[in-house]
Amino acid sequence: MEKRVRFKGLWLPLLLVMPQLLITAVFFFYPAGQAIWQSLFIPDPFGLSMRYVGLGNFEFLLSDPFYRASFVTTAVFSILVTLVSMGVALYLAVLADRLIKGSGTYRTLLIWPYAVAPAVAGVLWLFMFNTRVGVVTWYLGVLGYDWNHVLNQGEAMGLVVVASAWGRISYNFLFFLAGLQAIPRSVIEAAAIDGARFWTRFRTIVFPLLSPTTFFLLVVNIVYAFFETFGVIHTITSGGPQQATTILVYKVYADGFVGQDLGSSAAQSVILLVIVGILTIIQFKYIERRVHY
Amino acid sequence: MATVSLQGLKKSFGKTDVIHDVEIDIADGEFIVIVGPSGCGKSTLLRMVAGLETVSAGEVRIGDRQVNDVEPMDRDIAMVFQNYALYPHMSVFDNMAYGLKIAKVPRSEIEARVAVAAKLLQLEPYLQRRPRELSGGQRQRVAMGRAIVRKPAVFLFDEPLSNLDAKLRVQMRLEIKQLQRDLGVTSLYVTHDQVEAMTLADRMIVMNGGVADQIGAPLEVYANPATAFVAGFIGSPPTNFLDASTFAPGAPQGAQLGIRPEHVVLSGDGTGHRAKVLYAEPLGAESLIYARLESGDNITIRQDGALPTPAEGETVSVAWDKDEEMQFAKDGRRI
Repeated sequence: MEKRVRFKGLWLPLLLVMPQLLITAVFFFYPAGQAIWQSLFIPDPFGLSMRYVGLGNFEFLLSDPFYRASFVTTAVFSILVTLVSMGVALYLAVLADRLIKGSGTYRTLLIWPYAVAPAVAGVLWLFMFNTRVGVVTWYLGVLGYDWNHVLNQGEAMGLVVVASAWGRISYNFLFFLAGLQAIPRSVIEAAAIDGARFWTRFRTIVFPLLSPTTFFLLVVNIVYAFFETFGVIHTITSGGPQQATTILVYKVYADGFVGQDLGSSAAQSVILLVIVGILTIIQFKYIERRVHY
Repeated sequence: MATVSLQGLKKSFGKTDVIHDVEIDIADGEFIVIVGPSGCGKSTLLRMVAGLETVSAGEVRIGDRQVNDVEPMDRDIAMVFQNYALYPHMSVFDNMAYGLKIAKVPRSEIEARVAVAAKLLQLEPYLQRRPRELSGGQRQRVAMGRAIVRKPAVFLFDEPLSNLDAKLRVQMRLEIKQLQRDLGVTSLYVTHDQVEAMTLADRMIVMNGGVADQIGAPLEVYANPATAFVAGFIGSPPTNFLDASTFAPGAPQGAQLGIRPEHVVLSGDGTGHRAKVLYAEPLGAESLIYARLESGDNITIRQDGALPTPAEGETVSVAWDKDEEMQFAKDGRRI
């Protein structure tokens, strides 16, 4: 049985949890409350007065074609980032798992990109693909391809996806590698003797046994793509061209701080809050239980 | 159904040689047990036959085919692992059917074959369960079932019983023997347990430090060990080793004299060698008496439980028939 300490009285336990409660209150409940409060008003541009509009901001947002488009953009962006970062990471992890010599070095080198801040990563990729001086752009030009993500929406999306996924590969790689190494060697050998070749083994044994890891990473990566890619998008495309890379989080910033429409920005934050809530519930419900086998 | 032949088989990891020149021709349907202490290379030898380890030199033949460079899946073998290696995310049925599904055997035949194996192994009520819902013994049976349904030419067992408790181990040992008899499939079985080796084997390979010290039928190996190691490893309690210069004058320098505990008797008439009883273990059917000879050598005596057991500290005289003596040279070889 677990040993539990029981406190008599109320003050000591309250005092002990107070720091955590304070931090949560100051940095989470207060801003969240503010966002919900502000989403019900339209302030004037100077912040001198506020007009109560009820759910007007939400009504406007949900009928706004730009906001709806941003939802689609976000969906496309997160799915691509998740697929690319997890796909590449899984491939590298499978290769590293087969490696006998030098796997430590290989692993260390692969972890490095994780240490690069998103904004810095964004700048790196921006320079490589700069339409005038970018190295990659130049080589693509030699091959006869005219790269211009400033004008081409698809190329802009491609670039922010690659830049966002790149830093994420290391993180996913570590989890996948740990997951692969936790699969007993003898199970793989048994499958080999049962007649399964590499690809069949991967499909029927390795991948199913890796599913708790995959599922965990899926949620974590979607959350990442939703909320933590602001720096990359801000440095590379600033949401453009023509809002082609304006994901929801970027739109909160663009509408609120650039467009000064604080009421709408607040309403958008509330919508994001709900989305995070749902993702977190999914994560807790399925990941904590690990019911897969 | 196939013969298996190992010719001059060697294995080295880098500069370390772990298997030296193992040679054996295994007849169709024969049950071969590879026995030896931990680290003697017995599992490596089995894994080489399975194709899970590469062959450094020599050749492995299954049937009339050389399989050195053949992938495990193409060798027509089935293996039972020490930790069972069941697929944890599949039901018992799917575990057994896995190999057949890959071989694209028709569904109806898969079901029929699994049903037969399940009946044979009393697994019928558990077919829809996952491995984690089974006891150790049941998992072991599933692992066996998975091997049986494929109807391979050769069964390979890698210490399949060592994760079971003692009672279950004895029971499963009998079942494996029975099963192998009924199916008549050539089998290689690795164990560190000499009792398993003695009871299961048609012939056994006693491994010591990567060398096959002796290959032969269990009783023949017991009665006629080729090296001091085999004499010490096979048989419990182990063979007594005495300094040959004291007890067998004329033996070469550094030689040892081996004598099995059951061949040593307490001579009531005072003839033989004097020894002091250290302690005695009455086991019911038999008694073990541990004593120290005047030469300083320890000796174990195994006698019928009905005979009187001497008290600790008592001085007795022990004797044995000269014919039962085994002499081993300094390098362990039998003289």
